[in-house]
Amino acid sequence: MTALTPRRAAIAIALLLLATLPGWVGNSYYINIASQILLWAVLALALNVLVGYGGLVSLGHAGLFAMSGYSAALLLDAGHNHFTANLAALAVTLATSAIFAVLALRAIGIGFLMITLAIGQILWGIAYRWASLTNGDNGINVATRPAPFGLPLASAGAFYYAVLVVFLIAVLAMIVFVRSPFGASLRGTRDQPRRMTALGFNVWLIRFLAILFSGFWAGVAGLLFMYYNQFVSPQVVALTTSAEALLMVISGGSGTLLGPIVGAAIVVIMKNVVSAYVERWNLVLGVIFILIISFMPEGLVPGSVRLARAGWQRLRWGRTASADGPATAALRGGLAPSREAERVP
Amino acid sequence: MTALAVTRLCKSFGGLRVASDVSFAVEAGERRLIIGPNGAGKTTLFNLITGELASDSGSIALFGRDITRTASRRRAHLGMARTYQIITLFPRDTLLQNVMLALLGLSPLRWSLLADLDREPGLQQRARAALARVGLDQIAERPLAQTSYGERRRVEIAMALAQAPKVLLLDEPFAGLSVDERREVQKLITAIPRDVTIVMIEHNMDVALDFADRITLLHFGEVVVEGTRAEVVGDPRTREVYLGA
Repeated sequence: MTALTPRRAAIAIALLLLATLPGWVGNSYYINIASQILLWAVLALALNVLVGYGGLVSLGHAGLFAMSGYSAALLLDAGHNHFTANLAALAVTLATSAIFAVLALRAIGIGFLMITLAIGQILWGIAYRWASLTNGDNGINVATRPAPFGLPLASAGAFYYAVLVVFLIAVLAMIVFVRSPFGASLRGTRDQPRRMTALGFNVWLIRFLAILFSGFWAGVAGLLFMYYNQFVSPQVVALTTSAEALLMVISGGSGTLLGPIVGAAIVVIMKNVVSAYVERWNLVLGVIFILIISFMPEGLVPGSVRLARAGWQRLRWGRTASADGPATAALRGGLAPSREAERVP
Repeated sequence: MTALAVTRLCKSFGGLRVASDVSFAVEAGERRLIIGPNGAGKTTLFNLITGELASDSGSIALFGRDITRTASRRRAHLGMARTYQIITLFPRDTLLQNVMLALLGLSPLRWSLLADLDREPGLQQRARAALARVGLDQIAERPLAQTSYGERRRVEIAMALAQAPKVLLLDEPFAGLSVDERREVQKLITAIPRDVTIVMIEHNMDVALDFADRITLLHFGEVVVEGTRAEVVGDPRTREVYLGA
């Protein structure tokens, strides 16, 4: 029988809370906020594949996010059914991701960032200016949400459960990805690309495939976003969307599974809940990010783990020190933080 | 049989010629030492041989196969492994994960999205065996960040050996090591069986000269002297290069 560890218990509680959320939240406004957090978390997880595991910081993911939304909306508008429209939209997003990858991988570091930013802006320009296709600033309305297996997703609760299922599949896919040899290879290209080549890895191809994987999940998030709003407009493709997704990843903790989810929750709550009480909510969001980066540069999740471990160790050493005497206590106290810092992943 | 043949290899960085008509041949099983003062072009020569740098002209052959235009990663698949002068490892990973990555580099498993790396006993076993060869199997689970410089040098060698290379290029494997660590690494390199051809760059003559079957002296990107230890040490040009006399 599998042992119940604190980690497993926490996962079980989180799943239980997510599964019962519409019941204990009640208000459809807050259920919609939860749906938003989950769908943005899917985008943040997708971006995290590149930022956290590949060391490739992208500012153009809104382009891939919007590509699927626009493609599906156009196909639905043309009279296709949801299944066909979604499948084709994901195929278009994958093809766009491939072009995106070929162009962006001509550089790494700041060059990669600038190319992705440029691609994002080009896609935004197309969405905004090619009005005969995209309806320009007016956007495209989507009349209905799908009804998978005959279950309509029109209500906030039903849609939340659909988003939750997709979110859980995305998380599972990320877990499998991180543990896989391919995931290890991608992390290797992040840390030592030159060494990876000498070891026989095709660094370019690994990065290319990682962008496809990331693009696919960005596309899935884009579909959820399109159905959530039942509308797409150039606003989705704007640089602010890419920047927000990047903030979710960095603030939560890049290169971790939980970090981007927590980051998505922070940004969505700030945008939707805090903005109702504080007019200049952007200022509050900025202060929060400055605090996170100042005190937990690795992000909220790994930073909290580090601080909690350090606190626990100090507490433990403090107890032992009272038995050892002041000299040993001082020595231990001095060594504790640096030792802990090395252990944090 | 010639394991590695370098013929009239040239490379320039702008107006600076870093390899000028470099030619030498290393027989299978041979231990070849490349020496020369700082800036002689030794590491550049390794980078040309491994394909990290493209040569301007000349050719490189591995066991008779021309690899001059072969991609660097393909050369690893053909049996060429190397270590770096400046240690180039994966600091966030454990020793075991570092060596497993070296094994993955030559395995089709590296493309797998569905396998779980922690549940690949065959790969783990081979990685542990490689670490055992360099005496680090006891600390296989230790993060690299918590190891000494000497241990990291040995991890580099373990990663290279894990790939079962035919030709092993060692770039200053004794650099920065204490006397004891140097002795350990020397023992380790000496124990590598003769089915592996070794080409080594080294400044420390005390340990390096004993190791070499033949020595190639490079200076300003040119081969100045080549021969046995006695021939190279006795050649006045060697003294000239090192002492400027």
